Amino acid sequence: MIRILALLAALLLVAPAWAISDPAEALPDPAQEARAVQIGQQLRCLVCQNESIEDSGADLARDLRKIVRQHVAAGENEAQITQWMVARYGDFVRLRPPVNWMTSLLWASPVIALLVGGGLALGLRRRSPPPPPLSDEEQRRLARLMES
Amino acid sequence: MIAELGHFALALGIAFAFAQAFLPLWGAWRGDIRLMQVAPALALGHAMALLTSFGCLIWASVTDDFSVLNVAENSHTLKPLLYKITGAWGSHEGSILFWCLILALCGGAVALFGRNLPMGLRARVIGILALSACGFELFALLESDPFLRLWPPPANGQDMNPLLQDPGLAFHPPMLYAGYVGFAIPFAFAVAALLEGRMDAAWGRWVRPWTLAAWCCLTGGIALGSWWSYYVLGWGGFWFWDPVENASLMPWLTGTALLHCAIVVEKREALKIWTVLLAIGTFAFSLSGTFLVRSGILNSVHSFANDPARGVFILALLGIVIGGSLLLFVIRAPLLGASGVFAPVSREGALVLNNILLCAICAVVVTGTTYPLFADLLFQTKISVGPPFFNATILPLAAPLFIAMAIGPLMAWKRAALVPALLKLWWVALVALVVGIVAAFGMDALPALFMAAAAWMIGGAICDIVERIRLFRIPVSHSFSRLFGLPLQVFGTTLGHAGMGVTVAGIAGMSMAVQEVVLVHVGETTHLAGYDWKLEEMHDASGPNYNARVATITVSKDGRIVTVLAPERRAFTTQSMTTTEAKIHTNVLRDLYAVLGEERDGAAVLRLHDNTMAPLIWLGALVMALGGFCSLADRRLRVAAPARAVVLGAKRA
Amino acid sequence: MNRRLLLGAPLGIALLGGGAFYAMLKGLAKGTFDPRGVPSQLIDKPLPAFTLPGFSHADVVAEKKPVVINFFASWCVPCVEEAATLMTLRQRGVSVWGIAYKDKDPQTDLYLSRHGNPYARLAHDNEGRVAIDWGVTGVPETYLIDAQGIVRWRFVGPLPDAAVAELVKMASV
Repeated sequence: MIRILALLAALLLVAPAWAISDPAEALPDPAQEARAVQIGQQLRCLVCQNESIEDSGADLARDLRKIVRQHVAAGENEAQITQWMVARYGDFVRLRPPVNWMTSLLWASPVIALLVGGGLALGLRRRSPPPPPLSDEEQRRLARLMES
Repeated sequence: MIAELGHFALALGIAFAFAQAFLPLWGAWRGDIRLMQVAPALALGHAMALLTSFGCLIWASVTDDFSVLNVAENSHTLKPLLYKITGAWGSHEGSILFWCLILALCGGAVALFGRNLPMGLRARVIGILALSACGFELFALLESDPFLRLWPPPANGQDMNPLLQDPGLAFHPPMLYAGYVGFAIPFAFAVAALLEGRMDAAWGRWVRPWTLAAWCCLTGGIALGSWWSYYVLGWGGFWFWDPVENASLMPWLTGTALLHCAIVVEKREALKIWTVLLAIGTFAFSLSGTFLVRSGILNSVHSFANDPARGVFILALLGIVIGGSLLLFVIRAPLLGASGVFAPVSREGALVLNNILLCAICAVVVTGTTYPLFADLLFQTKISVGPPFFNATILPLAAPLFIAMAIGPLMAWKRAALVPALLKLWWVALVALVVGIVAAFGMDALPALFMAAAAWMIGGAICDIVERIRLFRIPVSHSFSRLFGLPLQVFGTTLGHAGMGVTVAGIAGMSMAVQEVVLVHVGETTHLAGYDWKLEEMHDASGPNYNARVATITVSKDGRIVTVLAPERRAFTTQSMTTTEAKIHTNVLRDLYAVLGEERDGAAVLRLHDNTMAPLIWLGALVMALGGFCSLADRRLRVAAPARAVVLGAKRA
Repeated sequence: MNRRLLLGAPLGIALLGGGAFYAMLKGLAKGTFDPRGVPSQLIDKPLPAFTLPGFSHADVVAEKKPVVINFFASWCVPCVEEAATLMTLRQRGVSVWGIAYKDKDPQTDLYLSRHGNPYARLAHDNEGRVAIDWGVTGVPETYLIDAQGIVRWRFVGPLPDAAVAELVKMASV
């Protein structure tokens, strides 16, 4: 099963040679194109799963790029386009994980890590133990030294 | 026959490893001097056995011995000689054997260069290294044997993935593994300290060079991998926070923290328990990285051929090594003795801050990398965690680290005042401000801020030296003689911190990189980033195992030719895979980068990049590694090599 | 005592992590844990609206019977592996409809004449847009739509023989 999937993935993995997209894909308006690129960089290519659809050369990535540009030209914003993608492919397509109760630990991790680290550092500080009290002999010696 | 020799050498190595593990450890426990003294000899024998074994694998590859299954699966008669040699560590089995080789070499290194160590400590360190080696070599022999035979041998092999047939990638694994496995030595020192129940300042002195060496290699390995990905994969990026990339970053982060902690142990005998935990943790991350990459659990482009059965073996190995050492930690750590005391504002305090931030960053990387796995396992939902998450969470943690990096070295041990240290940096702050303002004209706000941070880091590193030689406060000639009298370790620190600054500058600059995809006919010119790019012609070419289509592009500025780029598209004959060879022209401050795509109706699709400051990213890593080497060369670290010290003294006089 | 607890924390975390990874490995071997798989968003939802040359979603609903929809292509090598299985499925009385993904009509016809045509009805999604609406990431993928037009089941990859019995059972409900 796994081998078959690997074979399937290998067949669909378009080699990096075609990682160049078609210049005709780009939207004529540079501002819109820039927005489309920025949105595309937040979407995971589902074939070559460790690239965004902007970087990937897979056919599916090319199709998704076209769709993103169509939606941008139609005036949609990032949230709407992302929602469109999520409706079809699930949260997995988002490179930036959603913020919900399940990912709360994930997004809170830097704060938690700092708190734990700081807490340990502060809480485990060794203070030098107070010196033992002076014996009577030492008290007398101290008195003599202080007088002179 | 050579393959059988290699196979036997591996088995012999395991025998050596077992002896090397049990005899010295028993001897150290019982105080038996003879058993302890046998450790170096066993370590050297072990190293030679593994060297022989790996040498035989390389031999089999070079002589096209396709009766060896590993060679048949990964090599080909037409493969260039360099890749036949380096391909030995490119496959899963070969890389595991390579791992074992380096582990054995670590033991040998401690045997050869650790003569200044007390006998008990050295015996324990060599013994612990051997224990890990036993596990991995058994795994190699039983589960991923590179010497399995294939009969009858095929006429030719299946060739190696063309993406791996590249000089950068040929040397990335050795450096990386030297780093990963190199951290086994500090790990062994830490466990030895736990076994002995004792850790003193001398321990810190001895552990430091080994940690430095491993850290240098790991820095170089990660940088090589990133650089390779940049110039081969043709995407113009250099870091995707891919799970395997993160797996290499985790030990680097804790390794850097360990490096800084070891200083505190040496100078002030403080933070001992934490240092031991870091040493165990760094090696644990190295091992976990190996496991995750080979198990099939991680979703990554780098994953090797995955086999869950192998995964279970490695997991068991990990359980024994990591679980065992952490259990020992729980039981024995309190014995390590009282720590030195220091005020919160002091150099130790700054190093504690360094540790907190580095370990927090590491914790975030671990969380981000494993969260999708746990979400899938526990909640049956699929999420993915990509660059946007990591960039958003790590930058706020890295920023205070960058700022503190310049201040820390200027503070005194035990108790320091913050304000005087800050005042010494007045000119650095000025420079950083100017750099930030100038940068803001060409860049967005955030990258400009990081350029200022980079200037702060580099300036701060220089400030450390300026303060030590009291520049402008004493006669210049005195300053210069002080400069030459400074121990190399100071230069090491300066280069290390400055190198980080250079890398940050490179990353900040890259955020302003521009790229364009164009359809160009032969003879046409296109414009990008103030340069004129003209497609002169296209022709066919061929290499040893591929056919290529080459485009020649002349890049000029204001009529003057800057460079000629010749990107290729290569079609490999055996593996039927096409790759792009991006061509880059670099003048250190920017990369002009061209990739060739498809051709249509006599026109070629080209993707052109102007990557500002990209080379600085890897140059910075090189400077950091150089700093590490400087510190290693410091004669104070070679304390018990009396003959050498005398020679040096004579030279100086 | 507090100290011991703190010292034991790394060990505890390591053990938890180890246990979790072990569970993942076991899941990987069994097939329940797939780090690369993209789960379908359509399960238990009505099939997406579409109109293609060949048939539309309305036709599927109008069947009022469970329908197996198989995305394939003439250029897809694993699809050849499942051709025989699909024929078996059709012989067992299950309605199998095909959608040719990003293919060219003459090549689709050639493929079907060469490997057999198990499809009661055939549609051509040459642009691949409808497949994206279904959340398809590659071919072959197979879906089961129940009599009410709700997507009940999806399989990624060439259909194995073992799936035939399961599909026949689900289709007869």
